[in-house]
Amino acid sequence: MKKILVLLLLAVVGFYLAGTFFDIGFGNSHFVKNDAIKPVKDIYLQQTVQELKVSNAVTSIVVNFRGFDTLGEVTVLFLSVTALGSILYKKRHHVGERSVLFSASSIVTSGSKLLFPAIVLLGAYVFIHGHLSPGGGFQGGVIIATGFLLMLLAYENYSVSHNGLSIVESLAGITFVGVGLLGFMNGGTFLQNFLPTGELNNLFSGGIIPIIYIAVGFKVAAELTGVIYTVLNEKGEQNG
Amino acid sequence: MIALILILVLLVLMIAASVYAVRQKDLLYAVIATGIISLILSILFYLLQAPDVALTEAAIGVALTTIIFVITIRNTERMEVENDKKNNTKSAAK
Amino acid sequence: MDSAYFQYLNYAIYGTAVLVMLTGLYAALVKKSLLKIVIGLSIVDSGLNLLIVTLGYLKGGTAPIFSSGYNGTQTMVDPIPQALVLTAIVIGFGVTAVALSLVIRLWRHHHTLYIDEIKNLKW
Repeated sequence: MKKILVLLLLAVVGFYLAGTFFDIGFGNSHFVKNDAIKPVKDIYLQQTVQELKVSNAVTSIVVNFRGFDTLGEVTVLFLSVTALGSILYKKRHHVGERSVLFSASSIVTSGSKLLFPAIVLLGAYVFIHGHLSPGGGFQGGVIIATGFLLMLLAYENYSVSHNGLSIVESLAGITFVGVGLLGFMNGGTFLQNFLPTGELNNLFSGGIIPIIYIAVGFKVAAELTGVIYTVLNEKGEQNG
Repeated sequence: MIALILILVLLVLMIAASVYAVRQKDLLYAVIATGIISLILSILFYLLQAPDVALTEAAIGVALTTIIFVITIRNTERMEVENDKKNNTKSAAK
Repeated sequence: MDSAYFQYLNYAIYGTAVLVMLTGLYAALVKKSLLKIVIGLSIVDSGLNLLIVTLGYLKGGTAPIFSSGYNGTQTMVDPIPQALVLTAIVIGFGVTAVALSLVIRLWRHHHTLYIDEIKNLKW
C-alpha cells in the first residue's frame, strides 16, 4: 500500500518536472533578443577578458563576481568536518586502532611511495594555475587528499598529525578573510580586487584571484585529509 | 550520428546503474554502482563543455565518496537484511 | 539532420536526469536499511547536478576559457550554471559524510540498521 502511494507521488512529480524542461529545449538560448538589455553571461564574459584579464571565466565568477558565496561554501565544509569529528568521538584508550589491520603487498607499498610526490605536485599545479586553465582550488585540494588516502591505505602505521592539519586549515581560512578585509580598506567593498591586473595568459594576472585560490586549495586539502583520517581510525565490532 | 549513439548508450547505462544500486541487497555492489554513476556523470560533463565541473566530479564522486561508504560498510553490516526474528524474540520474552 | 539530432537529445538527457532523481528519491522513501537511504540521497545529488549543467548548454558552444588559440567569434557556453554546480558537488559530499558518521554512531548503540527496530527500542 505504501509503495503504491509513493509511486503515484513520484509519477506526478516526474510528469510536471519533465514537462517543464521539455518545453525549454536543449541548446536553445533562453534570452529574448533585445538590443537594449544585455544578458548577464555576456557582461561577465566581457568583463573577464577586458577588466580582470583572467582566462578562465568560471574561476572569475567563483572568486571575484560571486566571491561571498565561496566564503559561505568554505564555511559549510568546515562545519561538516567539525560535526563529523565530534560525532565520532572516542575515549582515550580506543585511539590507535585502525580499520586497516595490515600493510598491503610489496608492489603497492613501493609503488605508492613513488606515486605520492607526483600526486601532490599535480594537485599543487592544478590549484596554482587555476586562472589560466581548467582547475582551481577545489580540484587541486581534492587531488592532494587522494594522494594522502593512497598512503594511508598502503601502510598500516602511516599517520598524519592532527595538529599540523588544524594549523594549516586555520591559517588558510584567516588568509581568505584577511584578503577580503584588505579589499575593504583599499577599494571600498569586501573582497574587492585591489592588486594590479597584468596581461592575459600570464601567471601573475588577475589581482587577488590566485592568492584566494591558493588559500582555498590548502584549506580543502587539509579538511578532506582530516575527514579520511577520522573515518579510517574507527574500529567497531565486525559483523560479517 | 555516431556521437548521438554513443551519448544514448551512456545515458541508458546511467539509468541501469541507478536502478541496480537501489534494488541490490548486497550493499558493497550498490556502492560500486554509485561510483559508476559518478564516472558516467563526469564523462557527460566533459561532453557538455564544462571541464572544471568534470574534474571536481571525477575526484570527489568516484574516489572520496566510495572510500567513505566502504569504511562504513566494514564497520557495520554488509547485507541489507529484513529480519523479523529479533522482533519475535523480544515480544516473546516480554 | 541537426534539428532532429537535438530533438532526440532533448528528450534523452532531460528524461535521464529526472529519472535518476526519481530513482534516488524512491530509495530514500521506501527502503528500510539506513545505508540504502544514504545511498539514495547521494544518487539524488548526482541527478540534480546533471540537470543544472544541461540547462547552460548552447548550440555550437565551446568551453568558457579564453586560451591563446581563441579567435574571438565563437559562441561560448553559459558559465554561470557551472559555477553553481561546483559549489553543489562539494556540499553534497559534506552532507554524505555527516550522514554516514550518524549511521556509524547509531550502529555502536543499537547494533542494527533496520529502522523499524530502532523505532521500537525506546532507549
